[in-house]
Order: sequence, then C-alpha cells, then structure tokens
Amino acid sequence: MAGSGTAHLRPADEVLLQVNDLVVEFRAGRNRTIKAVSGISFDVARGETLGLVGESGCGKSTTGKAILQLPRPTGGSVVLDGEDLVALAHEEMRTRRTRLQMIFQDPISSLNPRRMVGEVVAEPLNVWGPKNKDEQWDIVARILDQVGIDPGPARFKRPHEFSGGQCQRISIARALVTGPELIICDEPVSALDVSIQAQILNLLEDLKAEHGLTLVFIAHDLAVVKNISDRVAVMYLGKMCEISEADELYANPAHPYTELLLGSSPVPDPSVDIDSVRVIEGELPSPLAPPSGCRFRTRCPLADEQCAAEEPQMRRVGEDHFVACHHPLIEPWPEGAAAESMVSMVSVGSKPQGDPPTL
Amino acid sequence: MDNEIRVGRAPARHVDDGQSLLVVDDLKTHFEVAAGSVRAVDGVTFSLARGRTLGVVGESGSGKTVLSRSIMGLNTTSNATTTGSVLYAGDEMIGKSSKQKKALWGTEMAMVFQDPMTSLNPVVTIGRQLTEHVRYHLDMGRKEANEVAIALLKSVNIPEAENRLGNYPHQMSGGMRQRVCIAIALACGPRMLFADEPTTALDVTVQHQILNLLAEQQRDRAMAMILVTHDLGVVAGRTDEIMVMYAGRVVEKAPTADLFAHLRHPYTQGLLWSIPKITQAKHTRLIAIPGRPPNLIHPPPGCKFSPRCAYAQAICRTEEPVLRSIESSDHTFACHFPIGTPEGQAALDANIAAEYPPALAAIGKLRATEELTV
Repeated sequence: MAGSGTAHLRPADEVLLQVNDLVVEFRAGRNRTIKAVSGISFDVARGETLGLVGESGCGKSTTGKAILQLPRPTGGSVVLDGEDLVALAHEEMRTRRTRLQMIFQDPISSLNPRRMVGEVVAEPLNVWGPKNKDEQWDIVARILDQVGIDPGPARFKRPHEFSGGQCQRISIARALVTGPELIICDEPVSALDVSIQAQILNLLEDLKAEHGLTLVFIAHDLAVVKNISDRVAVMYLGKMCEISEADELYANPAHPYTELLLGSSPVPDPSVDIDSVRVIEGELPSPLAPPSGCRFRTRCPLADEQCAAEEPQMRRVGEDHFVACHHPLIEPWPEGAAAESMVSMVSVGSKPQGDPPTL
Repeated sequence: MDNEIRVGRAPARHVDDGQSLLVVDDLKTHFEVAAGSVRAVDGVTFSLARGRTLGVVGESGSGKTVLSRSIMGLNTTSNATTTGSVLYAGDEMIGKSSKQKKALWGTEMAMVFQDPMTSLNPVVTIGRQLTEHVRYHLDMGRKEANEVAIALLKSVNIPEAENRLGNYPHQMSGGMRQRVCIAIALACGPRMLFADEPTTALDVTVQHQILNLLAEQQRDRAMAMILVTHDLGVVAGRTDEIMVMYAGRVVEKAPTADLFAHLRHPYTQGLLWSIPKITQAKHTRLIAIPGRPPNLIHPPPGCKFSPRCAYAQAICRTEEPVLRSIESSDHTFACHFPIGTPEGQAALDANIAAEYPPALAAIGKLRATEELTV
C-alpha cells in the first residue's frame, strides 16, 4: 500500500480537477528533505466531493494547499479545467484564485480578530468584486444569510463575539463570496462539538447543491468523511493507499491500513466489542526518511519482503475502487490490472478466489 | 408515575455505603465575572464506586471540565466559589487547605488533561516531570525514582523507555506525550483518575491506543475513573455509567447499556443523532441539535434545554424538571416529556403539527441555515 500509479484516474475531460504525480518537499536544514507528499494522483469530477483521510502528518493538508499553489508544489501538475496551475506565472495564477477557495480548521484563528465580520467577508471583493461598498454589502449580506448568520447584527461585530460554529459559518461565507467552483475544506469540523459539527456538515451539503460546488474535504474522522463524500481517498505518509466510491470503501476496504483505520473509529454503540478491534501499532514513521517500498510496511500486519523491495502501484479492485497494495484484502480485477502490476498479480492471483488475506 | 424516585437537588440523599469512593452532593461552582455569575456547575449529585468508570458527556460549556476540576479542588482562582459536598473515601474535600489537597493530588486522585502539547512543561525533561512527585510523595532517591519512571514509561507502551528520560516534550509526538501524561498521573498509584478529554487533540488511531491504555491501566490498578468527553462514541464501550450534562446540570445518568438502549432525555438523543456513523450511507442527512448552548450567566428559565428541544411545551419554559426515574432507579433523567413515554410522544407530535422549528429539526425538515437561528 501507500504507493503510486495512475490507474484510478478518469479521462481528463470528465473532471474539474486532476492532480498528477504531485510532489511537495520542504527543506529541513542540513541537506535533509521532508517528503510531505510523494507523487500522489487523483481527480475530482465537477459537483463531486472527494474526501481525503489519513493520520496527522500524512500530507493531506499539504495536498490541499498545494492544489491552491500555497506553496507551489515541488513537482507534478494540478490541472483545473484543462489548465495546469503549476505552469502559470504568478500574476496569471492570481486571476484564477477566485475559482479556488479554502476553509481552514480553526474557525476562530482563521478570522482577523480586529476586523468586523462585514469587512472580513467583503475582503475578497475588494480584490475581485465591485468596489462600491453598497454593492459589496448586498453580496455579503446575501451570502451571510445563506450560511445562517443574520447579516444586519453581524455586520459590525468582531469574530470574538461569535461561537466557534458561527465563526466557521463566517469562514464559509468568506470562501463563497467570490463564487468559486472548487473549495478545499481542511478539517473544517474537527475543532467543533458534535452538535455543531452536524450543523456545519448539513450546511456544506446544502451550499454545495445551491452553488454547484466541487469540494475536496480533508479530515481524519472517517465517519465525517463518509457522510459528506462521494469518493474517498486514503493517504499514508505522503502516498495514496486507496481511492474508492465512499460506500464501497467502508463496506469493503481493500487496504490493510484502511481496515485498521476503520476499526479505530469510535462507534456510539456499547454492544460493539472494543477489545476485538485491532489497533495500529506504533506511530507514523518520519517523513525525513520514509520506509522503502510500501511506506506502510513497518506497521502493516501483512508486510513481507516484496513490500520492502517494491512500491505497490494503484490497481483496480472494484467498479470505482483502486488500491496500492501488494496484498490487497480484495482480489484485483484481472481485466483492469495494469501491465505494471502484473508481477504482483502472479503471487496474489494464485490464491483461490474469495480467500483474501486476513489481518 | 407513582414509582418515580426523586433524587436531584435534595441534599445528602447519597449516603456513603462503604462502596462509594466518591460521593458528590449538590456541587456548585460559580465564577464571578464582570457580567454576573457564571454557573458553570449548578447542583450536581452522583456517586462513584471503587474501580468503576463514569463517562461525563456534554457540549463545550456544559460544565463537565469544571466539574472534574471542582472535585479535585483545582479551581483556585479568587473568583471561583465551590459549594456543596465532595466526599472522597469518606473525607470532605470542599474547604480543604491547599496543603491538605497537595497530599491527595497524585497519590489519591490524579488527572490527565486534554492537551498533551501544553500540559507538560516544555523546558523540563520528561524524566524529571515523571519523578518530581514520586520523590515528593513516596520519598525516593533519584536513582530509585528513575527506575520507577522507566517502569512507568514501559507500562504505557513507550518504546526505548530508558533513553526517553532525558527527552524534552517537543521531541515526542502528541500520542507519546499523552502517554507520558498518563504515566505521570499513574506514578503514585492513585485510586481515582480523572481523564479530561484525553484524546480530543489526537488522531483516531492514537485515540484508540490511548483509550485502550487507560482501560488497561484502570483494570490492572482497580482505579475509579471519570472520563470526560464530548463524544458519545468514545464512552460507549468503555464506561460502566454515563452522565450527560447540559448547562452545568446533570440531565441524564444511567448505566451505559441502558442509556443507549432506552435514552430518555431529548438532549442525549440529540447528541447521539448528531454523530455521523460509519454504518450510515454517504450523504445521510444528520439530525443536528438546533441552536447553541445557553448563556450560563443568564440561562433560560425552566428547563435550560427547552429553547433547542423538539419536545418542549409551555411547562418546560417555566418549571425546571428535577432528576427522576421510571422503571430502573439507576436510570435518572431531568425531563418533563421523556422519550419513550406517551407524554413525550404526544409532546413531539404536537410540536411537529405546530411546525415548531426544533421539532422540525428532529425529523430532518429544517434547512441548515435555520438550524443556527433557532
């Protein structure tokens, strides 16, 4: 698992966003490099929500920011509507920014505490919208109303006068005000109580329908991601493990990592026997020196020599279900198997059908 | 309703039967601020037997953190007033001097805090943070204390424990730091452990490891534990009893299995329904609790949950319900129209017929923009 490959990509003309072999590295002094994202590829169709899950440090937020060119990725391409954003000059990129917006994790610190809500939400318009204050306020008031904030009283208040959930609504309003097509939501509900989290998730679903938005939803809570996503991608240490239609991924995880993640997710039902759930042992390895081959092999119950020697490639295991693992929990589709994964097909394919390796 | 047993605010109803390690009676903690008195904990009564685990659940601002801090006597700011009674092993905690409390902290009761990033001192090695109170309470030498520290780190599954004593907190991950915090809390063998949102700042995978560790240590040491969290999923399989708090009050308390099987309070139901579940299909509409938690300086009259409650009737806005029970006396709740009773159903039906917004929210008929403004 945790490998590369592009077998899961759809034709470029069917998708709004295509991320190809994205690499993001940071220098860490003494000639060391943090390999935050190491060659991941995915695409998002127009009107679709892609969920991006993984543990802290797996590179999911870095991926989200790299789509927005914040900072520019070290390698790979980010193609929005047929245009590669990585190749654009700074000024050209600036003009594309209205089409891409982001919502951050901490709603309170992502709003300027010294500015009034009316100004915070109108700020993108100062750059890209009408400059007339009355015209701006018409737009801002309409958007605030759509996110459930009463525009009149809110206009001259400052963020500290609002609760965390309300601040997140204001952040969402700010992201919507330029009329974007794609919004990157970086853990937008992790800082909120469960009751408020449900309100925000419902709001995002409603807004998505009203505005025809495409979302990339980053989170570490698998249940939250399933609720909002059409497709879900699982990341581990800068690599893509598995990508699938959401219901299919949760019903039939093909990656050992996905299965372990699912087991760790708390279930509000006392009859579930917690002791029977397998736990992922250990911690995420350092992105300064990631393991060879499959990056998950150091914690994987199924790992063998092949996993250390050879990086697994994405291959098809279902209708819209792809996994990068040498020992997937579901048999790969023989007709969908790409040439590069034929080597591993031999070893896996020799097992009888319906007898996937168990954890 | 002849069989109902009234507990709640009546004082001294809980008697120490010799089994209870902790008996809390009508505990109140109020904070004086410029705008008035914040009633963070407003009359909480419960008892906890030795070796048992109690989950305390509620939203931010429900008073669950202040409750555990009040029991330990950690609210030392001059604007805080704590009244009521906290009997720990028959010994009254309220009114103890800080010197008397110091003798109990660590040895009898200990706490694991929410944020492992800030609850450790960043400029002191973890070895010293682990041995400080061991040496103070158990009168050990440095060498002996270091051996204890290594054993403790091993018991919380920290690899290469011998080499870790010289580490500073920033050299460890969040999960490792929380393990260190647990080791510190366990060092002097307390009989009562408070875990205040111990996993909220951590990933799901690490959360699972930490909760397992706490459960394992609790079993091995026969400690009583209070697990404070906002997530019913966290307490579901890991507690004997659950106490749901709202606006400084207990609104429902029951043995864990009973609570999930026959929940009575609309707030408990709201909390449970808000959680997205892995078993639900994608894009399942969540039933959110509309509105926000109340202002604790000027709480609404009557039942404090009534402005957000799908079942609320006129009486809920004027008369505050007391804790009572039907059928099992272990299961108490404070509600005029409890779920699973004919009165509750009638109240809900009437509210739906009247298109009362919180009732519409409960059946998923309220738009997301309207949920906030209820």
